[in-house]
Amino acid sequence: MIEKVLKGNSNYWMWLAFLTAFIAVGAICYLRQFLFGMYLTGMGRDLSWGLYISQFTFLVGVAAGGLMLVLPYYIHNYKIFGRLTILGEFLAISALIMCLMFIMADIGQPLRGLNMILHPTPNSMLFWDMVVLLGYLTLNVICGWVILTAERKQVKPPKWVYIFVYVSIPFAVSIHTVTAMLYCGLPGRHFWLSAITAPRFLASAFAAGPALIVIACLIMKRVAHFDAGKEAINKLTTIIMYAAIINAFFVCLEFFVGYYSNIPGHKYALQYLFFGLEHNGHVYNNLVPFMWSSTLLCFGGLGLFAYMKISKVNTDLLVGIGCAMIFIALWLDKGLGFVMGGLAVNPLHEIVEYYPTANEIGITLGIWATGLLLVTVLYKIAVGVEHEVEA
Amino acid sequence: MDKQRRKFLKIAGAAALAGISAPVVVKLTSSPALASSTGHGETPAHAAPADAHAATGHGVEEAPTGVRLGMLIDMRKLYGHPELLEKLAAVCHKVHNVPEIDGAKSEIKWLWDVPFENAFPEHSAYHASAITKENNYLVLCNQCDEPPCVRVCPTKATFKMPTTGVVAMDYHRCIGCRFCMMGCPYGARSFNWMDPRPYIKEYNADFPTRMRGVVEKCNFCSERLALGLEPACVEAVKDIGAIVFGDLNDPNSEIRRRLDQDHTIQRKPSLGTKPSVFYIV
Repeated sequence: MIEKVLKGNSNYWMWLAFLTAFIAVGAICYLRQFLFGMYLTGMGRDLSWGLYISQFTFLVGVAAGGLMLVLPYYIHNYKIFGRLTILGEFLAISALIMCLMFIMADIGQPLRGLNMILHPTPNSMLFWDMVVLLGYLTLNVICGWVILTAERKQVKPPKWVYIFVYVSIPFAVSIHTVTAMLYCGLPGRHFWLSAITAPRFLASAFAAGPALIVIACLIMKRVAHFDAGKEAINKLTTIIMYAAIINAFFVCLEFFVGYYSNIPGHKYALQYLFFGLEHNGHVYNNLVPFMWSSTLLCFGGLGLFAYMKISKVNTDLLVGIGCAMIFIALWLDKGLGFVMGGLAVNPLHEIVEYYPTANEIGITLGIWATGLLLVTVLYKIAVGVEHEVEA
Repeated sequence: MDKQRRKFLKIAGAAALAGISAPVVVKLTSSPALASSTGHGETPAHAAPADAHAATGHGVEEAPTGVRLGMLIDMRKLYGHPELLEKLAAVCHKVHNVPEIDGAKSEIKWLWDVPFENAFPEHSAYHASAITKENNYLVLCNQCDEPPCVRVCPTKATFKMPTTGVVAMDYHRCIGCRFCMMGCPYGARSFNWMDPRPYIKEYNADFPTRMRGVVEKCNFCSERLALGLEPACVEAVKDIGAIVFGDLNDPNSEIRRRLDQDHTIQRKPSLGTKPSVFYIV
């Protein structure tokens, strides 16, 4: 099946070349970081986690989001998602590989990475995160490949693979739950120390993952003659709406707890993120525009979907715009705000702001480009098999 | 034939499982906590932990075991002497080859001083006294009895030394994930964002330097304790007795005597980390 990657029109190759340019820049930036040290990033003593870990956190959500296709199809026998489950699985594979790359980019001694396995430490949530991420990656590789091969041969997938499919469902929930546990179990980090962190992560994941799949479907409809079907896309936008609303609801609950209890520790991060935090005459507010953009995009996207559902207007362009708005909103919320907001007030109650460096952004873009390249290649295979079967 | 084989396999499997798990079952039931047949009240030693457990949270602490090193900083003796605070940091950093890197972003600190509201954000600084406002307070790793940094480390590169209770670092195992810095509610840990060696002013051959990409922090001068010396900071202000060091679990130690005498506070006690550094303010 891999040979399908090597056949494509000029647009396909242009797109791959475009991504490769970013990957090359990212690789050079990483080489610099590897050789000279992590002082080349914007991170520091107080803000010791930054863009890498926040992208990792967001992408774990994207990987888990495929669940919203797998679960209806395999558990509820919702046949309409039949052509899409493979896209969910392949997106999960690419997102997980991006996650692992971000982790490797983030650690100070990458050559010692195997210490995680050589000295397994069950009391560390990072250890369990590695276990579930590698587990989910393996499950998706097995399920995706076996099911696609079966489809190509036009036979039913072997029975044993369903065991892996069913196991992958709780695994999808676990990857994001354990990732939330990296944050919500730390004493003294009040913004993260919230039992709602894991549910909130899951809600935003179940909106962001499907949103990306819808966008991919719409693009592939134009460039690869792959039609997911109107009903499937419609159902997906409904799922995205519910998940985004639940996420917004959870954010509002965080606001209530912080502001009604009036406990400073619970308020600081929200205040910093949405209004700016004043300290010794200086107002720290570099994330305020991003957070309000996130809020507007989220409600704008929801409004657009609601309009489409009510007035039965349903164009691909509007669906695409709505999904992009929700996806960007959730990326700003989780891929930027959650990690930086939680770190803005350090344990000594000093306020520190984070500005990523060009080198750091280069690496980040490089990893995103690698992920997009992987998605492109894997989707190319999936769509190629689909066309082969149809022919 | 087939049925018989299946039956045989079932029995063999069950027998093997029973054989494997038997020692575990024996071990579990032999422990006094789980065995119901031992009878209550026979051994008072077994009853004690249960009582202590019921009473925790109301000042009654469980019977301590082993050595737990602790520090008492008598700030009263350091008030009005910012030069002493500076000297303490300088001594500590010199002994441990801590690099002098400028700027808050990449700096490395083991022992330093900050205003009261930063050192003790959980204590009120509203209408604080002139002394509280004018002086800075020493901060360092609290060598917690329940250290969150040890809990979160994915490689056991930071661990509690069983003999002293000190939270130590293995610089050779640390992968530089900085999770411990997230876990520490005291900001006591520093990461080597760059190669620290060019920034070491005066090299001390008795203590290893670190490499880029690992985390470090105060180690209660474990290397000096091993030689029978006191921690460098304790020694530096020995003449005024501003820092007392000793075993918190030994009722006859000087630190325990001093803790009995004066009211002391700890940093962020509500987080349950059980700091081993105490302050008289």
